[in-house]
Amino acid sequence: MAKRVLMKGNIAIGEGAIKANCKAYFGYPITPQNDLTAHMSKRMVELDRVFIQSESEIAAINMVFGAALTGARAMTSSSSPGISLKQEGISYMAGCELPGVILNVQRGGPGLGNISGAQGDYFQATRGGGHGDYRTLVLAPDSVQEMYDLVQEAFDLADKYRNPVVILIDGVLGQMMEPVDLEHDVKKYKLPPKDWILDGCKTREPRSIQSLYMKEGALEEHNWKLHEKYKKMKQDIKCETQHVDDAEIVLVAFGISARVCKSAMQLARKEGIKVGLIRPITLFPFPEEEILKATEHVKKFLVVEMNLGQMVEDVKLIINSKADVHFYGRPGGGLSSQEEIVNEISRIL
Amino acid sequence: MKKILFKTEALKDTVMSYCPGCGHGVIHRLVAETIDELGIREKTIGIAPVGCAVFAYDYWNFDVTEAAHGRPPAVATGIKRVLPDRVVFTYQGDGDLIAIGTAETIHAANRGENITVIFVNNCVYGMTGGQMAPTTLIGQKTTTTPFGRDEKIAGYPIRVCELLSSLGGVTYLERVAVTDAKNIIKAKRAIKKAFQVQLDKKGFSLVEVLSSCPTDWGLNPQEAIEYIEKNMIPYFPLGVVKDKS
Amino acid sequence: MQEEVIIAGFGGQGIMFMGTVLAHAAMQENKSVTFFPSYGAEMRGGTANCMIIMSDEDIGSPVVARPDGIIALNQPSADKFTRRIKEKGLLIVNSSLVTGESGRDDIKKVEVQATKIAEGLGDKRVANMVALGSYIKEVKILKLETLCKSLETLLGEKKKNLVDINIKALKDGYKL
Repeated sequence: MAKRVLMKGNIAIGEGAIKANCKAYFGYPITPQNDLTAHMSKRMVELDRVFIQSESEIAAINMVFGAALTGARAMTSSSSPGISLKQEGISYMAGCELPGVILNVQRGGPGLGNISGAQGDYFQATRGGGHGDYRTLVLAPDSVQEMYDLVQEAFDLADKYRNPVVILIDGVLGQMMEPVDLEHDVKKYKLPPKDWILDGCKTREPRSIQSLYMKEGALEEHNWKLHEKYKKMKQDIKCETQHVDDAEIVLVAFGISARVCKSAMQLARKEGIKVGLIRPITLFPFPEEEILKATEHVKKFLVVEMNLGQMVEDVKLIINSKADVHFYGRPGGGLSSQEEIVNEISRIL
Repeated sequence: MKKILFKTEALKDTVMSYCPGCGHGVIHRLVAETIDELGIREKTIGIAPVGCAVFAYDYWNFDVTEAAHGRPPAVATGIKRVLPDRVVFTYQGDGDLIAIGTAETIHAANRGENITVIFVNNCVYGMTGGQMAPTTLIGQKTTTTPFGRDEKIAGYPIRVCELLSSLGGVTYLERVAVTDAKNIIKAKRAIKKAFQVQLDKKGFSLVEVLSSCPTDWGLNPQEAIEYIEKNMIPYFPLGVVKDKS
Repeated sequence: MQEEVIIAGFGGQGIMFMGTVLAHAAMQENKSVTFFPSYGAEMRGGTANCMIIMSDEDIGSPVVARPDGIIALNQPSADKFTRRIKEKGLLIVNSSLVTGESGRDDIKKVEVQATKIAEGLGDKRVANMVALGSYIKEVKILKLETLCKSLETLLGEKKKNLVDINIKALKDGYKL
């Protein structure tokens, strides 16, 4: 077995980013993601890369914008209220087609909420989040190892699509420690050349980067082009399935909720209830095929989230009455226990 | 015949969309001349603001990016920190720089980011149609101060150079005006100095350029120049405010 | 095999470090392991806790509702967590600071004079290792030797001078 190290989720994100050659990190303090900012303040400086504790989350995302337009890999991280502040910048990055990685270690909301883990930002993450008709790729790991791996893929995907990529975790995943194999194989993507960057027009004609399209029809054309790109992202859908083949009911959950569902599934199977699990890893694009395929023999689905029903809307849209879709969720930082979920399964069956 | 006037390479051969009498055209030209004279066109990255000068990337003949309203200093920070050997400048209006972007301005200045800021102060929001700016003078009528700016309602016009001068990271601050040939030459000298400060890696430099907006002031171009001289310069005195280069 | 434990006490008693040593040792013995700490405002309120799950299989939720064991280093922690212990579970209390009955007759209670023993070793801060040693002896899930090695690794070069006293405390707790 490869050498494993015990690592906190937030730190694994940082180390994964460093391995992916992230050249610049910009952040502002907010719980529960602070360990990452502190970690990067040391590591990035040691590696002679860029670290800035910015004056605000707004400034941080715009620093990412600036670093990204030179072709450098850049990231920022925050927790829910701070991510709201970054939305303007994320929209500009999407409009300007700039790559970048944004980590959201979700906490309870709305408003200041609390600092418990939560999943209330699913809509914000998967619907673009800021103004305008755009999407970001959204990755939702459920273990510290997967956080370490997926942040590396996130940088590749951002470059592949010239688009911001959001990593959506929560306070529990950010704060927990698990063993991580630092040499774990990570999928590598074929990346296009960065022939659009601004680094001075020494050997070429001057370029500009903009999201402003004032000429008649130009913005519509730009949006159609972005739309095609979002459709293409479907080739990189990721999803984990467990025991779906013989399941009488399938749980659908992401991130920390999926971890609880895995426990619930083990518990239920011990009691002889055939439970399966579908765990979307990309939340946008959403794993439609996997869910549709399951409806061929599964007629009951239970969506479990740490909110009052967000991803369940996507599941319902896909299933489109081909099966019953139930929901179990707790808001404001409440984490369901496996027993609660098993009780809910029993109630449904 | 001897040629004494040349086109600047750093300016594209495009007709500008600015109103008659607007100061932006002159200031664009001064920036472009400076960049050519310093021989830095091929390593310069400019940042266009949200405001009338948003189209600057159509006029300047070097790399230019847009930035969200008020965020150019943060974008400039991101660029300059990963490409420290390039020349990075922002071109910002009064609303951009000291209303919505106050935090970004002050903190980039305070960190001593080695960038140059060209700050165009015309006491009004131009692009959106003549609203009050953070630098609008007391008594000045705008579409959102129809009775004239009343300090009891809207506070006081902000003197940006004086505000920034106490910050440790700030190296060079000068206020100039593009009102006549003499002042334009001074403005050019200040802009060139500001870029030189950056080339010498000496830290944050900003030139505040008092400029006219005849359209939103409801004046003709000549009257607008007189307005700067009679009303703006007494409140925003010209000259070097800080120089530790 | 799956063992779930909550370690709790005052901030400053080294609760997180205890949990980290335990989790690290479990990893070294190739077990699946999760460690989940209380954090933020809760941490500053006086009591801190962490939840560790060690297993031979993949672990689902890292949050422990009904632990197999509790290590309580102070009274508020014992008061808060004792009722959550599973039937036939284990309660280890630092009896230097925790008094009174557990109110449970369906669990095993082990009283360790952790603070007193640590003071005897010359530093009451190693009370955490005394309690951890006692826990390992009871649950027999990991080798004492592995924990000693983990202590060395985690204390590192910077705190090398603290290795001996921590290992001594761990072993004293184990011997009880």
